[in-house]
Amino acid sequence: MHQRKDQILDFSFDAVTVLWQKGTNVENKTPILQLRGITKRFGDIIANEKVNLDVYEGEILALLGENGSGKTTLMNMISGIYYPDEGEIFVKGQPVSIAKPEDAFHLGIGMIHQHFKLVDVLTATENIILGLKEPGGLDLKKAADRIKEICDTYGFEIDPNQKIYNMSVSQKQTVEIVKVLYRGADILILDEPTAVLTPQEAEKLFNVLRNMKKDGKSVIIITHKLNEVMEISDRVTILRKGQYICDLETKTASVQALTDAMVGHAVELNIDRPQPVDPKPRIMVDHLTVRSQDGVLKLKDVSFTANSGEILGIAGIAGNGQKELLEAIAGLQPAENGDIYYIEEDGSKEELLGMDPLKIAAMGVSLSFVPEDRLGMGLVGNMDLTENMMLRSFRNGKGVFTDRKSPHDLAEHVVEELEVNTPSVTTPVRKLSGGNVQKVLVGREIASAPTVLLTAYAVRGLDINSSYLIYDLINKQKKNGVAVVYVGEDLDVLLELCDRILVLCDGQVSGILDGRTAQKNEVGLMMTKVGGGEAE
Amino acid sequence: MFDIVAFIPRAVIQGIPLLYGCVGETITEKSGNLNLGTPGIMYVGGICGVIGSFVYEQKAGDHMIGFLAIAIPILCCLIGSLLMGLIYCFLTVTLRANQNVTGLAMTTFGVGIGNFFGGSLIKLSGADVPSIALSKTHAYISATLPFAKNLGWFGKIFLSYGFLAYAAIAMAIIAAITLKKTRVGLNLRAVGESPATADAAGINVIRYKYVATCLGAMIAGLGGLYYVMDFASGVWSNDAFGDRGWLAIALVIFTIWRPNIAIFASILFGGLCILHMFIPSGTNLAVKELYKGIPYLVTIIVLIFTSLRNKRENQPPASLGLSYFREDR
Repeated sequence: MHQRKDQILDFSFDAVTVLWQKGTNVENKTPILQLRGITKRFGDIIANEKVNLDVYEGEILALLGENGSGKTTLMNMISGIYYPDEGEIFVKGQPVSIAKPEDAFHLGIGMIHQHFKLVDVLTATENIILGLKEPGGLDLKKAADRIKEICDTYGFEIDPNQKIYNMSVSQKQTVEIVKVLYRGADILILDEPTAVLTPQEAEKLFNVLRNMKKDGKSVIIITHKLNEVMEISDRVTILRKGQYICDLETKTASVQALTDAMVGHAVELNIDRPQPVDPKPRIMVDHLTVRSQDGVLKLKDVSFTANSGEILGIAGIAGNGQKELLEAIAGLQPAENGDIYYIEEDGSKEELLGMDPLKIAAMGVSLSFVPEDRLGMGLVGNMDLTENMMLRSFRNGKGVFTDRKSPHDLAEHVVEELEVNTPSVTTPVRKLSGGNVQKVLVGREIASAPTVLLTAYAVRGLDINSSYLIYDLINKQKKNGVAVVYVGEDLDVLLELCDRILVLCDGQVSGILDGRTAQKNEVGLMMTKVGGGEAE
Repeated sequence: MFDIVAFIPRAVIQGIPLLYGCVGETITEKSGNLNLGTPGIMYVGGICGVIGSFVYEQKAGDHMIGFLAIAIPILCCLIGSLLMGLIYCFLTVTLRANQNVTGLAMTTFGVGIGNFFGGSLIKLSGADVPSIALSKTHAYISATLPFAKNLGWFGKIFLSYGFLAYAAIAMAIIAAITLKKTRVGLNLRAVGESPATADAAGINVIRYKYVATCLGAMIAGLGGLYYVMDFASGVWSNDAFGDRGWLAIALVIFTIWRPNIAIFASILFGGLCILHMFIPSGTNLAVKELYKGIPYLVTIIVLIFTSLRNKRENQPPASLGLSYFREDR
């Protein structure tokens, strides 16, 4: 680690250099896991370059970095998914080679991936014992008993015989954690574990992690939520652009210092919330009820109004009707009951329900939709940036041939304006990282000068820098008098960005709060129970 | 009127080649490989068995040994189908070629091999008809229990088949139990559902795909052998096997990837194939020809109905048709 010191001193932020001090409590212990000079390349792209990392027994280490800073790649090398091109890994002081996931288990390393690695049609037990070479035949009952035992030790609640596809996200995550514990892991790696959890579920997870720490296990948690780093971790290691930057004691660090070290330059951490200018009703949803194709009730009697020049936040646990609501407004989802009106400047109402996007556009309503499923609904992965821009404009041409010039210019403009990291505008979109894909999509949708902007999880998976860029873009639209509907998952952001927050629970409106006065706890409770109130 | 005692044995012998194909393809598909080369593999299995027994019949003359007369064609059949399975795996698993294209090419290739060697052998044997008759091998392979004839309708329905028919049913049962009850079966299902999950759980995905696909190919190949040696009385003629391979693949979907259901489904389909002989149609032969289309019609109807089923357990393996590369980004 000392050879990295020169780099840290180069680092121009006083805050961090001052904070750079090794804690006394870990000085004497030997690390349980050490990485030295790890490099990994994917073709021309260097994902990790000479990264060092230490993890000690009984600590929670936060691995912090922006998108594409190589956090997940680095952890994948520890868990045997990737093999490093250069560098050494030591476990309990011994040099080891981790060529496949099995090697990682034998060394007591278990990883909980961001996208769960579970087989949907199997039960919890079957998933947990998958691939194990225990002696004897397949004894699911015995395995289920041991799973119960583990659950009791750390305070988990799962039904071993439940199928994965019947489980909530939080339950699936629990299965993943039990799976690595069942294999006797001492080092647990969690890749953005709270991205999909409610605040209450996250708190539960943190309690479990604290129990594990007490039990002497080491936990590495990958995240870019700084408040979580502050809450749960003992130490923080920061990566930037695939390189190791520094590590800090959490108690001596501040959110601002961590952000600056992670981004590489000073970042303004406050989200701007201008006062709405002349808000007028723009979209009115009236007693909307939607059923999915297989008859499941997705939205029940939903009514609200979205105003121009205002951001209406929609909070709720994923899958509680957010998708159906946006799609119904965008003309992609038939409804069983109710109305959706578009209200013109002069106050006249027009029914949107029953229209498709083409008809809505023909009515002169300029509606932009940034769907949750970026590469499924928003963009075409195999087409390049220009062609994806054309998806919105290809009808504009007059002759037989399409106009490629203006979409090309638009693509270049978006790349420049939003700092999209791409080799060129002729690169297929699927080759870009998640954050860059999102920028392309948002850039295209905003470019059409909408009067209504629907966004679903606009910053999901985006790092802090890109997220703030998106917030700025959304705020700019708001100032232009656009009615913005912002479906989000990070409550802190919703509370800072939105003028009003509508909470969905089980497809029903659990409540509509003022974004300036609402409390996080209050929103969290409303997410789990219609109308809020004391849960449990 | 409808002679059920005559109908069932004929339905069974029609169904057995389908059963082999279906069980083989099910095992293959459980590993996530959609092997559309199965019809070709069944041809190859058939012709390899024919070549083996042709050579043996020529060499041994009148002094054929029962064991060899049975073992040689089976061994040749297994080797031929194994090679086909290996080619398919090498292309789709190791080189990660498109499974559909590879499978279709394998079928064209396999049917071509069958007809090429079949034609050559017909020339070699100097027969007057465009077929090779291996009646001695047929006699060995289709031998039934000596007392079966004395048991009346029971013997006819249950004991009138060669051992390969019982082997097919045994294989289907073993496959069903293995998939459902054993660790290997659990791992195989995981590989077909989500190879990344299986890999992260320490399962050797490549090995499972290779073993399952090659084993599946060998089982399917036996279907081709059964067709020639037992069903067709040891007579090979080019293209006689027909579209049975495709019916076997359709059966996999019909049986929702369950080999135990395949036993009944294949016999049912076998029955549909010969129904035209049992439906009285008078002198109007054109109608009879239409009845021959029943299995294909049922296949289409079945495919429509199975696509309506939305229970999660009854869906195809989730990663069917997709290649897997651990370091894919």
